[in-house]
Parts: sequence; structure tokens; C-alpha cells
Amino acid sequence: MLRYYLNLYPAFLRIAVLAQIQYRASGVIWMIGSIIEPVIFLVVWSRVARARGGEVGGYAENEFAAYYIVLMLVNHVTFTWIMHVFQSRIQFGQLSFQLMRPVHPIHEDLSDNVAYKIVQLTVMLPAVIILILIFQPKFNFEMWSLLLAVPAIILALAVRFTLEWTLALVAFWTTRVNAINQSYFAIIMFFSGRVAPMALLPVTIQSIASALPFYYMIAFPVELLLGKLTPAQALTNIVIQLGWLAFALMLLVSLWKVAVKQYSAVGN
Amino acid sequence: MIEFFRLANVFLRIGAMNEMAYRANFWIQTFESLLSMATALATIAIVFNQTDSLGGWQRAELISLLGVYFLVLGTINLVVSPSLGRFMEEVVDGRLDFTLTKPADAQLLVSISEFRIWKILDVILGLIVLSMGLLTKAEATSFASALVFGITLLAAGAIVYSFWIILATLAFWFIRIENITMIFWSMYTAGRWPVTIYPPWLKWILTLLVPVAFAVTVPAQALSGRLTFNTLMSAVLLAVALVFISRWFWKLGVKSYSGASA
Repeated sequence: MLRYYLNLYPAFLRIAVLAQIQYRASGVIWMIGSIIEPVIFLVVWSRVARARGGEVGGYAENEFAAYYIVLMLVNHVTFTWIMHVFQSRIQFGQLSFQLMRPVHPIHEDLSDNVAYKIVQLTVMLPAVIILILIFQPKFNFEMWSLLLAVPAIILALAVRFTLEWTLALVAFWTTRVNAINQSYFAIIMFFSGRVAPMALLPVTIQSIASALPFYYMIAFPVELLLGKLTPAQALTNIVIQLGWLAFALMLLVSLWKVAVKQYSAVGN
Repeated sequence: MIEFFRLANVFLRIGAMNEMAYRANFWIQTFESLLSMATALATIAIVFNQTDSLGGWQRAELISLLGVYFLVLGTINLVVSPSLGRFMEEVVDGRLDFTLTKPADAQLLVSISEFRIWKILDVILGLIVLSMGLLTKAEATSFASALVFGITLLAAGAIVYSFWIILATLAFWFIRIENITMIFWSMYTAGRWPVTIYPPWLKWILTLLVPVAFAVTVPAQALSGRLTFNTLMSAVLLAVALVFISRWFWKLGVKSYSGASA
């Protein structure tokens, strides 16, 4: 079984990377959006910090710079676009071909996702370097947090990918997924630390956020890297990430079974 | 000018008839517009939970600015972006031939050929939020600043429209131009905040490369009475200049078009 996947993934990844290189120009343009958003909030919060005498919510100006530059990277690693494309797959019948294959379509999606991110690192890394030069962030990296950040980021990707892939399955039941997607994007904006670091959100939002998976998809690895967490907190959060991953996988498997059963292809 | 209103009216009716076939869309659009406005307002609330002024702007002034942002956004999505998006497709597959043979100005035709009427909701919502901001502000808005606001808003419309025409005209030479409009949309989100808060390099990008500053910040400055005479003059001059430049560029583009199918 494991051997099977060890053969499958390199093949999928090679195809995906080659395809991504073909479309690298559009890829670069898509990246502009994921760079501009953290830059906007970086500037806004630095301004607030300056107005408040250099610090707000435990973040100084140059720590906001560090927060949003690291967030940009973590968001780059963990984001998916599956919710945007699943509906057209069903609507135009491409899913029929994917279902004919002997592998679950999620493996190809994961390979595409990883390939895109590897190829786009050629844009992301220069952007990070330029932003570091411009905004002079203050990083307090420590050895233990850097080491723990590796599993934290991988788990963040796993949780986000599984959950968003599961949510995308809603397209099996309705062709109007846009409103649902938009609601999801609004929720994740606020509860994942993208609008503001958790410490700056109102207390009610903070406590709701701790009961939801979104913090563990983006903000947790960022706070870990910035040295805002103790080793004990970090380990607890990794356990919570594992819990969310197990939950999301269970949801995915059971929903997929029901979804495929009632799928009837449209088009093609 | 009469020609313009007559044609716009026809295309508006076609757009309305198209939408009437899918009535549920109205509720979905309402939901989406309300949701994006609510998210934007919540973001402002979170920021102003920590401070009472951002780069010299009060909360009420930023809410008015958000109103202007939605007003301009709604107008672009109502007619400019769908029409010019369709135009870019027509260049690729050659349907533009039919437009060019029609006995009306081709630039006018391609600019108003498609209305997405429910986007008017963003315009209305923008106006509501804009007034909300003005009403909660400490000092009343004077007649003079309302007048200047009108002028800057007209200039904003002319600048944004000309910018889109120039982008769309590029489709005569480059096929994959839709991607470039993506750049506009990414950069436009920066307009939810006054461009004056950004560092100089970003401010220049948002002023010269993508006209976010003139589209949103300048009209909002007029409303809050912080517009300088120089900025007003540059907005008006830029608007006039861009209208002529885009017209010239459009004609250049049409001349080099040779048809893709026929």
C-alpha cells in the first residue's frame, strides 16, 4: 500500500510541476493577491502601533512586520484553491474521468497543490526578501520553535487541505457554491489571524476561535515561529491539530461515499 | 450623447431580461454583497477597537471611504468589467468583426455591451455606508465639499474607465490579457484604506500603475474636507488626459486588428 503511494506521488508531482511551469506567468499574477493582503494589514497594524506609542497587544511595529511576513509564507504553504474549481469539475463532467481512474482524485489535487507551491517559491522567496529589506522585521527565532514549526506547518496544510476538500464536496448537491465559499473565506479571514493577530481580536472572537480549526491552519505556526508560545502550548496545539486532522479525514471519507453515490455527470 | 443613453438603455434591458430568467440570483447577490460589506466593516471595527485614528483618519471617515470603495467597485462590476471582459473574448474568437461593422462607435459598443444588473446592489450599499459615515461624523459635511466630492467622483469614473479601456485594448496584441485584470483586482483591495497610510513605493504603485488612489482615496478625501487644491487639479487633469489617451490607444488597437475567424 505504502509502496503504491511512493510510486504514485513522484509521478503525479512530476507532471504537476511541468504543467505549473507552463503556466508560470498566470501563476505569478495569482501570487500578487496573496502578497498584497498581508502587506496591507502589516501597514495598517504598524500604523496603529505607532499611534499607540510603538506597541499594541504585545506587538511592536517591527513585530507586526515579522508576523505578517511569516504569515504570508505559512498561508502560501497551506492555502488551497479546491473550493474554486470543484463546482466546474462537476458541472463540466471532468470528474467523470477522474472517477474512472483507480486512484482517489484527492491524490492528484494534493500533488498539484504541492507542485504549485514549489514552483511559486521562485516568486514567494524574492518577495519575502524584498519585504524584509523594506519593513525591517524583528524575528526571535529559537531552535526548538523552528524544529516544532516543521510538523506544525505540515499539519496546518493537512488540516486545511482536508477540510477545504471536504467543503468543496458541497458542489455535489448544489451548483451555487459561490455564496457558501464566500462565507467560508470571510470566516477564515477573521478566525485564522489574517485580519489581526489573535491577541488583538475582541475576547469573544478569541474564545470562539480556539474552538474552531482555523487558528490551527495559519496563525498557530506563525505565533510559534515568532516565539509567542511556550513549548508546552506548542505541543498542546500540535495535538489539537492532530485531532482536527482526524476529524476532517473522517468527515471527508463519509461525505465522499454519499456524494459519489448520488453523482450523475453533466456534460461530456 | 443621446445615442449613448439610447444604446445603454437597450443593453441594460437585455441584461435585466437575462437576470430575470434566474431570479434566485438576486438573493444570492444580496447575500454576497451584504457579506462582503459586513466583513469590511468588521475589519474596520477590529482596527478601531485598538485605536481611534488611523493615519489621521477617524472611524466615520474610514466608513465613508469604504462606501466610496463599494460605489466604485459596484460600478466597475455593473458594466465596465463584464463588457470589456466580453470584448477581450471577442478579440480572441473573432466575434469582434460583428461589433466593428455595426453603425455605432465601436468603443462605445464594447464598453456597454454587458450589464450585470445585480451588481447595482454594491453601488446602493456603498451609498448607504457612505451616508452612514457622513451622518456619524462629528462635523457636518459642507455644500462645498459635497460639490468637490461630485467632481472627484466624476474624475474617478473617467480615470478608472480609461484605465480599463487601455488594459482591454492590449488584447489586440496580447491574447492572455484577462490575467492582467487580476492584477487590478488584487491591487484594488488596497483601496479599502486611504493610500496615504502606505509607504511611498506602494503609494506610487497605487497612484500611477493602478489608479486606486484617484478612484477611492481622493473622493473620500474630498468628503472629509482634507483634499488639497493641487490634488483636485491633478485628478481633473489626469481624467481629461486619460480619456484622450485611451481613445487614441483604442483607435490604434482597432487599426491593427485583422480578425481572427472570418
